[in-house]
Amino acid sequence: MHSGLLILTMAVVTALLRFLPFLIWNGKRKTPAYILFLGKYLPYSIMGMLVVYCLKGVQLTSYPHGLPEFIAVAAVALLHIWKKNTLLSIIGGTALYMFLIQVVFI
Amino acid sequence: MQLIKKVLKRTFPVMTGYLILGIGFGILMEDSGYGLPWVLAMSIFIYAGSMQYLGVSLLTGGASIIQTAIATLMVNARHLFYGISMVDKYAEAGKGKPYMIFALTDETYSLVCTGDVPEGVEPHKYNLLVSLFDHCYWVLGSAIGCILGAVLPFDTTGIDFSMTALFVTVFVQQWMDNKQHFPAICGVVVTALCLVIFGSENFLIPSMIVITLTLSVGRKFLEKEVADA
Repeated sequence: MHSGLLILTMAVVTALLRFLPFLIWNGKRKTPAYILFLGKYLPYSIMGMLVVYCLKGVQLTSYPHGLPEFIAVAAVALLHIWKKNTLLSIIGGTALYMFLIQVVFI
Repeated sequence: MQLIKKVLKRTFPVMTGYLILGIGFGILMEDSGYGLPWVLAMSIFIYAGSMQYLGVSLLTGGASIIQTAIATLMVNARHLFYGISMVDKYAEAGKGKPYMIFALTDETYSLVCTGDVPEGVEPHKYNLLVSLFDHCYWVLGSAIGCILGAVLPFDTTGIDFSMTALFVTVFVQQWMDNKQHFPAICGVVVTALCLVIFGSENFLIPSMIVITLTLSVGRKFLEKEVADA
C-alpha cells in the first residue's frame, strides 16, 4: 500500500514538473519574448549540461583518472565531426568505451 | 511504414540505451522483491530513468511521502527546463500534446529539441511517435530485466555509455549547425563549475539557475548576433 503511494507520489511530482511550463504558457496567452528567447538558446546549454551530468561519477583523483570516459567522449566527437552519422558515432564510441574499461584500464 | 522506419532509425540510440538501462532497473526491482506489476507501474507512470533507480531505494528504505516528493523534485527539476524550451515548439501539437509533455524525458528531449525532422514528415506526428516509441523501449526493457534477470550472454559493463554518447553526438551536431557557441559553452562550463562547487548530488539545480541567469545577462548580445546574421 505504502509502496503504491510512493510510486504515485513520484509519478505525480514528475508529471507536474513536465507540465508546469506548458500550463503557465498555454498558448491562449502569447508566449513572452523572454520565454521564446530561453526556448531558442536553452537547448544548446542543456545538452552541454547533460554531457557533464553523465560524467558526474568520474573520479579524476584515482586510477584510471577518467581516461576511459574522456577518450571515448573525444572519439564520439571526432567520429561525428568526421562522418556526421549519429548511429556510427554512438555505436563506435560505446564499443570503444566498453573495450577500454573491460580490457585496457582494469 | 516509411514513417515508422524513419522513427525507428532516429530512435535507435535511445532504443539501445533504454533497453539496457530498463533491463538494469528491472533486475534491481526483482532483486529488491518487487515483481512485474510494480516494475510496469513505475516504468509506465513515472517514466524517468534516474528517478526510478533512486525510487528502488526509496521503496526498500521505507521513505515517507514527503521525503519521496522532495527527492523527486530535486532529481527531476531539470524537466522544467525542457518544458520551457518546448513551450513554443509544442504549442500546436494537437491531441497528442498532453502525452508528448508527459513523455518528455532527457533522451526524447534530445531527439525533439532540435526541431530536426526527417524529410516529408509532419513534425508533430513525428515527435509524438518518437515519444511513444521511446516510452515503449523503456517499458519493454524494464519488463525484460524483471523476467530474465541477469542472464545476458556477454559482459555488458559500460554499455550505459551509449546515453552519454547520444548527448555528446547531439551536442557536437548543434555545435556544427550554429555559429553562436556561447550557450553551448555556458552549459558545459557552468555545470562543470557547479559540479566542483556543490558536489555530484546537488549540482543540477544551481547549474540550471546559473545557466538561465548567464543566458539572460547575455540576451542583448545573443539577439544582436542573430539580427546581424
